[in-house]
Amino acid sequence: MSGTSLVTARERALAVLGGEPDDATLGRYLHGIAGVDAVGLEQRAAGLGTRSIKTSSKKWALDTIISLIDLTTLEGADTPGKVRSLVAKAMSPDPADATTPRVAAVCVYGDMVPFAIDALGGAHGDPDDGLISVAAVATAFPSGRSSLEIKLADTAEAVAAGADEIDMVIDRGAFLAGRYGLVFDQIAAVKEACRRPDGTSASLKVILETGELVTYDNVRRASWLSILAGGDFIKTSTGKVQPAATLPVTLLMLEVVRDWHLLTGQRIGVKPAGGIRASKDAIRYLVTVAETVGEEWLVPHLFRFGASSLLNDVLLQRQKMTTGHYSGPDYVTID
Amino acid sequence: MSFLEYAPAPESRAILSLRDRYGLFIDGEFVDGRGTPFQTISPSSEERIAEIANANEADVSDAVAAARRAYDRSWSRMSGRDRGKYLFRIARLVQERARELAVAESLDNGKPIKESRDVDVPLVAAWFFYYAGWADKLDHAGLGANPRSLGVAAQVIPWNFPLLMLAWKIAPALAAGNTVVLKPAETTPITALIFAEILQQADLPPGVVNIITGAGDTGATLVAHEGVDKVAFTGSTAVGRAIAKQIAGTDKKATLELGGKAANIVFDDAPIDQAIEGIVNGIFFNQGHVCCAGSRLLVQENIHDEVVERLKLRLSTLRLGDPLDKNTDIGAINSKEQLERIRELSDIGVAEGADRWSVPCEIPENGFWYAPTIFTNVQTSSRIAREEIFGPVLSVLTFRTPAEAIAKANNTPYGLSAGIWTDKGSRILAVADQLRAGVIWANTFNRFDPSSPFGGYKESGYGREGGRHGLAAYLSPAPIGQAALSRPSTRGAVETADGAAAPKARRAVRSATRSAKAATKGSKR
Repeated sequence: MSGTSLVTARERALAVLGGEPDDATLGRYLHGIAGVDAVGLEQRAAGLGTRSIKTSSKKWALDTIISLIDLTTLEGADTPGKVRSLVAKAMSPDPADATTPRVAAVCVYGDMVPFAIDALGGAHGDPDDGLISVAAVATAFPSGRSSLEIKLADTAEAVAAGADEIDMVIDRGAFLAGRYGLVFDQIAAVKEACRRPDGTSASLKVILETGELVTYDNVRRASWLSILAGGDFIKTSTGKVQPAATLPVTLLMLEVVRDWHLLTGQRIGVKPAGGIRASKDAIRYLVTVAETVGEEWLVPHLFRFGASSLLNDVLLQRQKMTTGHYSGPDYVTID
Repeated sequence: MSFLEYAPAPESRAILSLRDRYGLFIDGEFVDGRGTPFQTISPSSEERIAEIANANEADVSDAVAAARRAYDRSWSRMSGRDRGKYLFRIARLVQERARELAVAESLDNGKPIKESRDVDVPLVAAWFFYYAGWADKLDHAGLGANPRSLGVAAQVIPWNFPLLMLAWKIAPALAAGNTVVLKPAETTPITALIFAEILQQADLPPGVVNIITGAGDTGATLVAHEGVDKVAFTGSTAVGRAIAKQIAGTDKKATLELGGKAANIVFDDAPIDQAIEGIVNGIFFNQGHVCCAGSRLLVQENIHDEVVERLKLRLSTLRLGDPLDKNTDIGAINSKEQLERIRELSDIGVAEGADRWSVPCEIPENGFWYAPTIFTNVQTSSRIAREEIFGPVLSVLTFRTPAEAIAKANNTPYGLSAGIWTDKGSRILAVADQLRAGVIWANTFNRFDPSSPFGGYKESGYGREGGRHGLAAYLSPAPIGQAALSRPSTRGAVETADGAAAPKARRAVRSATRSAKAATKGSKR
């Protein structure tokens, strides 16, 4: 998959904003959007969470979840060997069952990209075609506390190494201080850095780190800001801050994506990341996507789970549906 | 395959152990009715559920007499603390049998299982728990020390929340020391009859609660019975008016909870996604069979088109079908008569020039169904904007200023509830202050809590249910000069019931007596 062009993104933003994306214009726009009622949002998310997904629907859901996972390792202790192990798991999640779909992508730090690509070999490519892409976190992940130059260099290096997707973090400090213009410019600059020499572009996921934005109103504004600045995906969290992804936050981001689609016709992706460990929880996310933006969003270029331990729980559930009984943690592989 | 066509997830009916025939629950036992029995059916399939006894005049008299005996011999003499124990026991039994009650309710009423499971039954338990706590604290109900119970309460409840309305009626009445004769609606008697079994399980003294089934004439006979001290009715304004006439000039006290045509007011700064949810919950919850439903949507003119467009998108995701499927959002209309009334009023709306839009959804072959419908271009003079439809039909009107919103919201003979949607706290307070409605929700709708009083202005009835106010409806202040005396009920409990009471009743009274004595000892220490 590849990202949208920066020029169109900027033109679109200017048309929506009706002016240059500076602090004042962005502030007026973002604060002019209808507010979020926290109680109501959480009630709606809880309501969606009561859907009962059984039999054939559950089977479809489990396979879909696997095909939407960004299998992730983001540790200081990561080694090329660890990444090769992760990639092997991504390519055949359940070695005992060849019908198991592959995951969408592996997500690693920038310096691990070459090892991931090497390990993937012929399986490297667009997840919409059943292949596996490589996502790299960049821009001084997870804190984002660095100069723009370093963030851009970080991004450019990952893209040059062959990353298909860049997961960037926004400057939460600047956002909370109301410097929306700065955040916009940084996202736009990173987007520019995602461009490859051949003119195509890596897809850009913008991590809001909702756990640091705290309020739903902030999450909604940050979502709009990220989309206006050219993000192809909006992503909840780095996984390094608690709370990470929650169902209400994801619902809210999906509502923004739905509204943006109504406004411009463009489809933006959503990626909840961090804290989704059980199949049951992941199914709730699928329900929320399907009932908020529609089923057509349940494809790798519009929805992803950022997760690692989720995969094994889904595999256990999947085995249970096939064999009729639960196995145990030793019947799925560790990566 | 489409994911959104979720595979069927029906709640199992195996948990139900329904009888084929149900009698009347009088004096702690099921007895045969002397009227012609009738069948209760499931409105979603029209299948027969059970045969239900029909109480005639003699049966009503028996029930009232049993309630009177129980009042005189045990319940009014029992200490509040002991009454509370029975209520706590009932609440716990409701929780234990929650799934069974939810399935029975959805089967008999047609409401989706997710509502009976997540709303109705938990609230029923909450109501009993809440009033159980009040039973020994009546001095603080706001009527001064030593308030008196009224005697025998005749309670007639509707079919929209069969078990919940039962709890709203029975819990405060018993907590205050009254005994009860309750008549559930003709189309939804099943959960009340299961509740009677719960009362047996709880070993409630016989006659304290009597449940008689039948049609409107049974209810009228009950209300008119001279042995009744208090009438509590929830239902239509027409019947409420007839009851008020019937009991005028008697000593009977009354609480009437009648119809409504609530305004749900959406200002242009409202949290829009949550407002859409609130509108949906306001009118399509329980198929719109809610007396406090937000059936008139008043939306600020500048956001009208956006709200209607979003509402249609949202309504398209509602799932109509088998009430026992856990994913069903919209269940069946309770009866053929009600369905016809909804159709009739809806057709009148079209004839009056409003634009009708219904969710394009598949309607099951059997049973009574009505697709969620909204009317736009509705005028304040339209009948669909004035009359209670009691179905999944929303009328959308507009306003330009807060003053106009308030004027339009109040321009109805009813006044049960209202909703306000805005991000501005000061506006919520200012508007709520001027709305003539008993319940006003801000940025939410159709939320209930036992501690919150509920009731109406104008033709929506009088009296309050719920909270401390709901308790006061079943009490009267102590006679002048007696407020300072100790409560007769605690002293009376030491005397034993006479031999005429059923053996079971004596047992219950004796055990109550024992604990009352223990309580007295405790207080002397």
